[in-house]
Amino acid sequence: MAGMTRSSPYEVTTRTRASRITAVAAVALLALLVVLPLFAGRGLIQDMFFILTMLVLAQFWNLLAGYGGLVSIGQQAFVGMGAYAMFGGVILAGMDPIPAILLGGIAALIVAIPTAFFAFRLQGPYFAIGTWVIAEVMRLVMAQAKALGGGTGTSLPRTATREMWATEWIAGALDVRNSAARDILTYWLALALAAATIAAIYALLRSKRGLALSAVRDNPEAAKSVGVDAGRMKWFVFLTSAFGTGLAGALIYVQKARISPDAAFSVTDWTAYVLFIVIIGGIGTIEGPIIGVIVFFLLQSLLADYGSWYLFTLGIIGIVVMLVAPRGIWGLITERTGIQLFPVRRRLSGGSLKED
Amino acid sequence: MAILELENITKSFGQLKVADGISLVVPKGQALGIIGPNGAGKSTLFNLITGNLLPDAGTVKFEGRDVTRMPAMQRCFAGIGRSFQIPQPFDNLSVFENLLVAAMHGRNMDQRAVQDDCAMILEQTELLAVANRPAGGLSLLQRKRLEMARALATDPKLLLLDEIAGGLTDAECVALIDTIRAVHVRGVTIIWIEHVLHALNSVVERLLVLDFGKVIGVGQPDEIMKRQDVREIYLGIEV
Ligand SMILES: Nc1ncnc2c1ncn2[C@@H]1O[C@H](COP(=O)(O)OP(=O)(O)O)[C@@H](O)[C@H]1O
Ligand SMILES: [Mg+2]
Repeated sequence: MAGMTRSSPYEVTTRTRASRITAVAAVALLALLVVLPLFAGRGLIQDMFFILTMLVLAQFWNLLAGYGGLVSIGQQAFVGMGAYAMFGGVILAGMDPIPAILLGGIAALIVAIPTAFFAFRLQGPYFAIGTWVIAEVMRLVMAQAKALGGGTGTSLPRTATREMWATEWIAGALDVRNSAARDILTYWLALALAAATIAAIYALLRSKRGLALSAVRDNPEAAKSVGVDAGRMKWFVFLTSAFGTGLAGALIYVQKARISPDAAFSVTDWTAYVLFIVIIGGIGTIEGPIIGVIVFFLLQSLLADYGSWYLFTLGIIGIVVMLVAPRGIWGLITERTGIQLFPVRRRLSGGSLKED
Repeated sequence: MAILELENITKSFGQLKVADGISLVVPKGQALGIIGPNGAGKSTLFNLITGNLLPDAGTVKFEGRDVTRMPAMQRCFAGIGRSFQIPQPFDNLSVFENLLVAAMHGRNMDQRAVQDDCAMILEQTELLAVANRPAGGLSLLQRKRLEMARALATDPKLLLLDEIAGGLTDAECVALIDTIRAVHVRGVTIIWIEHVLHALNSVVERLLVLDFGKVIGVGQPDEIMKRQDVREIYLGIEV
């Protein structure tokens, strides 16, 4: 075929020098984080667990709102359903908590289907409120689940946590107590989930579907006119984000080992903080939530003792950032330096292309 | 053979009838011009052909197939490409990516299979120099070119152009006409809404006049332009 032998004068590239450095740095960082439990104390491991799981929640909310244009304030529905499904698997079906995490992702995915049917009928602010209402309904329903502790909640059975997959091996290999081994295990899982989430979202954004996602976000009507299935993109993003959020929710509650409807469906913990992270870091970028979660963690460490003043301060910071730097901290950095750690833009070069 | 057949298309916005029993047959390969005063319903007619709007009554047939209820996305697959009168670029994508997304999804092909073609369309529409700029930062003229370029990227059989020549210099207008002619020569059917009559009449072989949602005349451009009622409508727009 002529098309296959003819060499084109044009070339399309996505990688940049910064992104090659990022790839090397990411591998090094990942390796460091994997071996962290060998020399870090239990407190640091628990902090890292918190940071990594919040990062996963933030990446999925960013996928939903920043790339999909679906501003949900009901992500706690999927954290809670994921966590409760994991608890159900352990308490009712006698599963090991670790494989039950997968159950959490699947449960979140399943409840996301009717949620989407309902919420996609609503536009803009009504969509946001609709997702929150659905999460509240789920909280009330789970409070009726007597077998899982009803309104006051319950704990994972001691036998289940003590005999959890791989904990004995970790305790032996690293010479730590069983409870510390559990923290290390959940930390490793959080690390794997965060790395897989970032890699998957990055791969998505660089794919054909990712390009369509950006087009739909920018202009749904024009996207339809060039053959993009805008409706299917919305479904895809919503379900993917529910699945990931459900996995994270289940993992968080394996580590907590105690659940209640108010905690598992908390709009503050699982949506407001996540929104804050994405907005101050920079919405619509992969780098933004990474920076946001670090800032959030530092603020929390500094201010957590001040109770409601802490929330108030977060709110003020969030509003100020939205006003002075609507694209967040990462937006400021890229504007100044042009650096992109996870480039997705496809650059055309060669041929008679001379940029002016 | 007819590529597009409209039968008694009717559309109202509240009390306002913007398409009032429009019937039209467009043969394959024709270049048809549409003129009419502002608010006549020209852009609405395009939206009804592309599926961005659905008619209250009547049928739209494309290549003999009834597409009246077909979503816009599928009409794009079928071969209907369009530009928007008010440019609707994907602001955060580069100009090149605006074409890529249209080509990859409109033709259901991989990036490798379409990227050269997109670059060629950029050459043809004089957008190559800004290929890697975000589309949101383009000038109005460049946005209008992008509208046409993106529509071409879907590889349409029927191309709908909505007022893309307004505000061009003479040289730019000549370049635009050349581009449209080149597309037409390849066998693409064209329907072009335009107020710049000399540009329109140098390309189209048939002219349709729309007023208050009604077709008040359709035929040879010079004969249509001679008609007294058409001249009255156009008095003040262009002589
Ligand atoms: N989506 C809409 N809702 C209500 N009225 C509309 C809409 N689109 C167009 N119109 C009205 O319909 C009439 C025809 O508009 P349009 O088709 O854009 O005219 P033209 O392209 O011939 O200038 C105008 O009066 C316009 O204000
Ligand atoms: Mg118009």
